Amino acid sequence: MHEMSLCENILGILLDEAASQNFSKVDRVCLEVGPLSGVEPEALRFGFDVVTRGSLAHGAQLDIFEPEATATCAACGTTAVIQDRFDPCPSCGSHLLKIKTGEELRIKELEVS
Amino acid sequence: MCTVCGCRSGETRIEDGAEHSHGHHAHHHRHYGTGDAGASVPGMSQSRLIQLEQDILSKNNSYANANRRYFAEHGIFALNLVSSPGSGKTSLLVETLKRLGKTHACYVIEGDQQTTNDADRIRETGVPALQINTGKGCHLDGHMIGHALERLATKDGAYVFIENVGNLVCPAAFDLGEAHKVAILSVTEGEDKPLKYPDMFAAADVMLLNKTDLLPYVDFDVEIATANARKINPDIKVLTVSAQSGDGLEDWVDWIGTARAELFAGCSATDAAE
Repeated sequence: MHEMSLCENILGILLDEAASQNFSKVDRVCLEVGPLSGVEPEALRFGFDVVTRGSLAHGAQLDIFEPEATATCAACGTTAVIQDRFDPCPSCGSHLLKIKTGEELRIKELEVS
Repeated sequence: MCTVCGCRSGETRIEDGAEHSHGHHAHHHRHYGTGDAGASVPGMSQSRLIQLEQDILSKNNSYANANRRYFAEHGIFALNLVSSPGSGKTSLLVETLKRLGKTHACYVIEGDQQTTNDADRIRETGVPALQINTGKGCHLDGHMIGHALERLATKDGAYVFIENVGNLVCPAAFDLGEAHKVAILSVTEGEDKPLKYPDMFAAADVMLLNKTDLLPYVDFDVEIATANARKINPDIKVLTVSAQSGDGLEDWVDWIGTARAELFAGCSATDAAE
């Protein structure tokens, strides 16, 4: 359950940006959370509401964009969408997969006023 | 609440220093409600979009990178030991230090929610240890390790072992600046643990299968556990050890020496430190 401390990290970034980019209110936060990032989006939503209460992001809309996880097989060279880290290559069955996308844990954009 | 490490001020405690304190680092961070964002900014009422593309863990990563630079500058080799509670991390560390500590300067940073029991056990071996109590926190982070390093006053060329909070989930996400994460799995746990907690085994470079002295009494197949770990992480190094009987410990200590040599290969400053 480290989603709470991740939300505290998000708020820290919002505070830094508020100071450097001159805004006092955050209306919307758009996150990119990959399925292999180790983060549960629902827990993140819960934590975000709790952590931002009374802050500049109080009541802000939280949009979570969940990209697909993809991996390239070191055995046959196929790049494919995977669901889990332990999935085999759909083409040759090998587990020699190198994750390409799906580990993202980013603030993509903010709507501020 | 500290925005940097996610800990609640007054809850995370580093031994000998009363409570987690701020202000002595070169960095700045604020506590919620007291920062400048609490003030309104005049003349800025129009809604606008800011493209940020910033990693949520960027602050932790910057502390971790500062630790990594510190380790590199001082020729220090640091490992981050992660596992479930009860896998035998501390016993394994004690036995490792009995061997490595004879010839090398070693330091231990212990992470637990409460008590100094683990640091006390380490200190009995003669190795300096510092306990971090995370309170309700479920992991150590880069910022806490930076504070701990200030307290430990490590010698150049030393080994630093960080025993993370017993938790196979959260510590996977937090870089501490270590050279390698080492995941410890005991044979009294399931062979499928790497599949159940894939993020940790993906983040680790080494898996130590501990308590192998119990293999005759438990239904645990080393081959299956290894295959499961390699489904997640094809490059993971697997070593079998028993802190109790001492089996495999020489290989483990050898691995530490080799990994250190690989990390510092070609680094003349480190050679001088040794």
